[in-house]
Amino acid sequence: MPVISIDNLVKTFGRIRALDGLDLRVEAGEVHGFLGPNGAGKSTAIRILLGLLRRDSGEARVFDADPWRDAVHLHRRLAYVPGDVSLWPNLSGGEAIDLLGELRGGLDKRRRDELLQRFDLDPTRSCRTYSKGNRQKVAIVAAFSSNVELYVLDEPTSGLDPLMEAVFQDEIRRIKQAGATVLLSSHVLAEVEALCDRVSIIREGRAVESGTLAELRHLTRTTVIVETARPTSGLDGLPGVHGVREVDGRTHLEVDPAHFDELLGQLIGFGVRALTSTPPTLEQLFLRHYGDEPVAADGHRPADAPRAGAR
Amino acid sequence: MTALTGTRRLARLVLRRDRIRLAIWVLGTPLLGYALAGSVAGIYPDEAARQGYATTSATSLVARAFNGPIAGTDLGAVVVAETYVTLALIVALLSTFAVTRHTRQNEETGRAELLGASVVGRYAPLTAALLVVVTANVVAAALLTFALLGAGLPLAGSVAAAGAVGGVGVAFTGVAAVTAQLSVTSRGANALAAAAVGLSFVLRAAGDVFGDTNAYSTRVESAWPSWLSPLGWGNQVRAFGGERWWVLALPVVLLLGGVTLAYALAERRDQGAGLLAPRRGPATAAARLLSPAGLAWRMQRGTLLGWAFGVAVLGLSMGVAGDEFNAMIDQNPAAAEAINAMGGGTNLIDAYLAAMLGLFALTIGAYVVQALLRVRGDEADGVLEAALATAVSRTRWLGTQVLAAALGAVALLLLAGLTTGLGYGLVTGDPLGQAIELGGAALLRLPALLVVAGVVTALFGLLPRWSVVLSWTALLVFLLLGQLGAVLELPQAALNISPYTHVPSVPAVDPTVLPLVVLAGVAAALLATGVAAFRHRDVPS
Repeated sequence: MPVISIDNLVKTFGRIRALDGLDLRVEAGEVHGFLGPNGAGKSTAIRILLGLLRRDSGEARVFDADPWRDAVHLHRRLAYVPGDVSLWPNLSGGEAIDLLGELRGGLDKRRRDELLQRFDLDPTRSCRTYSKGNRQKVAIVAAFSSNVELYVLDEPTSGLDPLMEAVFQDEIRRIKQAGATVLLSSHVLAEVEALCDRVSIIREGRAVESGTLAELRHLTRTTVIVETARPTSGLDGLPGVHGVREVDGRTHLEVDPAHFDELLGQLIGFGVRALTSTPPTLEQLFLRHYGDEPVAADGHRPADAPRAGAR
Repeated sequence: MTALTGTRRLARLVLRRDRIRLAIWVLGTPLLGYALAGSVAGIYPDEAARQGYATTSATSLVARAFNGPIAGTDLGAVVVAETYVTLALIVALLSTFAVTRHTRQNEETGRAELLGASVVGRYAPLTAALLVVVTANVVAAALLTFALLGAGLPLAGSVAAAGAVGGVGVAFTGVAAVTAQLSVTSRGANALAAAAVGLSFVLRAAGDVFGDTNAYSTRVESAWPSWLSPLGWGNQVRAFGGERWWVLALPVVLLLGGVTLAYALAERRDQGAGLLAPRRGPATAAARLLSPAGLAWRMQRGTLLGWAFGVAVLGLSMGVAGDEFNAMIDQNPAAAEAINAMGGGTNLIDAYLAAMLGLFALTIGAYVVQALLRVRGDEADGVLEAALATAVSRTRWLGTQVLAAALGAVALLLLAGLTTGLGYGLVTGDPLGQAIELGGAALLRLPALLVVAGVVTALFGLLPRWSVVLSWTALLVFLLLGQLGAVLELPQAALNISPYTHVPSVPAVDPTVLPLVVLAGVAAALLATGVAAFRHRDVPS
């Protein structure tokens, strides 16, 4: 039984279809990366999972319960860090942490103090004077000092510095070890690559790709740079090979992983001197879905335009 | 002068952001002045009535403290005595809030940083805000002049009175320019400026109370503390009583001094920093904070204490004035009639006390609206989202806010009745008995306030985006129906819209149970509608 399951979820705001048939599955114990450009519908989906917004149609289940009807019951089992944290301006940071923890059903005082230290947060300052990063730390500390089964984190680190980012990643690993499930919406691709077991990419309210990073990579072309004794020829005609071009005496091309064998067989004939093969980075995966061009039926963008990091 | 680069563009931005607020301010204050002047002219139509009014005003310490020094028996002088303090307080607060909004608030939210990184001089944001606010005061004063002329008052006095009101706005613009430099938060800057307004009210009241009356007891010469107060300066202009034009220069001097100081402070501080360090809070929360009710109390207590202080001071003053009122109505049947129309019944002093309690109930309605609209503010800020993502149900959350507002209303009503009774009892004997009787009478107004709470809650549930505007509009309609309905002889059907119409006007009439029960029922229905709608809508929406 998945912790989160969303099927064909639709949510409209007036004429805007924020979610347009979204599917998403998060299994127990996994850290699930939730990626998508701004306005793709990530926060809308998360708010439906929290029972803050009402779905128009489709199905959304959390712990096999209806997040709208069973909101209070579910909220005892989850902690939420919003993307844009706002707090009660006249409370101190420490008071806001205790309040959020208590309203959620109690927090671990020892963990709270430890986290305050690790995140280097001064709890005596008033929430009004906190920067964005510090407000985010308040929400993160409050969430991580609660002993819950599910953490819903909406771009939790967008205001954190690299040191704090490292602390955050440690904490995610810790709660994963403790058996909790995490839904992590993020723009920090290195963070997603480092933490997530599985990834869903959402675009215009719909999931366009979902799976482990290895699976996603398998669906995507590998970049190959090869140096040969004799000039290559006829590679264009091979199945699954794209974007062949000569740069400084080396051949650059992209190949679908399924057709790697045929490519290698053909290359041997030209006398291979050096060969590098680079699996796609998450950034490449991501940019394919981020670009303005529509994604073709096979999941690949039609143009063979070189992508960031491909050279 | 590069420090002022971009001022004109920023001023246009201020005008664009505040086009509605400014329009309401610039048109609203003259209209209010016109309406008040008209009603005063109706109540004191002849020299004899005004003579009586002037004598009472000059001899009553309460009247001197609240209305300022009366400048003679001209109709204009009576109009000034009845309206100046109200209008002056309004423009003083509007001016300070507007300055803070376009200076410190921009720094607090980070907008100033965005602007400061563009081609904008160091002094440009402050200068732009001051230009707009001073201009608004000047335009409002010009329109107020025409409003007073329209009400049939002579030219010189109208110019002087409107100038006095505008001068208060200009003076506090200068004060707010400084407080915006001192505090890191816009709330703090507004609080400092509002404290300055309060201090100048107290100084003026003290100066006027300790002033001398002339031989006929129709005119008051204020003592020196009034001259320390920008609010007092407006009185010292002596509109309609031998104008002293040079006094109008004092606000301008204060403005220039304030602006110079503000520029000097702005030059010496960092963007976003203040001169007063923000206070620190506790590192851990006290147990009593850790529930929706505890949070609601924490959020409300400052506001509630401020209200309690104001209500207590007003209650005591109104009670003490009750005895002087006895003397005044002997001399002025028109005023007696007006009081009777507001309070009802046949015994005039009871009618007066009932009218005061009615006014308190209307005013405390503003507390209820303000307290409940906090939920909408939290929703707009995003705090509500964080709270509802915890294990607190929407019903409990909203119910707690309603309960907190209702308890606040009970406390304030009770305090209003007790202090009014105490004040009246102190001058007539039997303070304890009067306090208990009027405390009970005040509590009878609670069902009307619960209806107000119901209206706000229903609007918050059904029309969240419009709830702020519509809630205040509803209260304003109730206020106008209550204050002007009887005077304008509106049909009963119109008056019945306001819940305040249905509250028995105790102690002027005997209490009746039925209307209270009906009001409570209406309130319960509205509250249930609001909570149900809130449970079924998107958050935020």
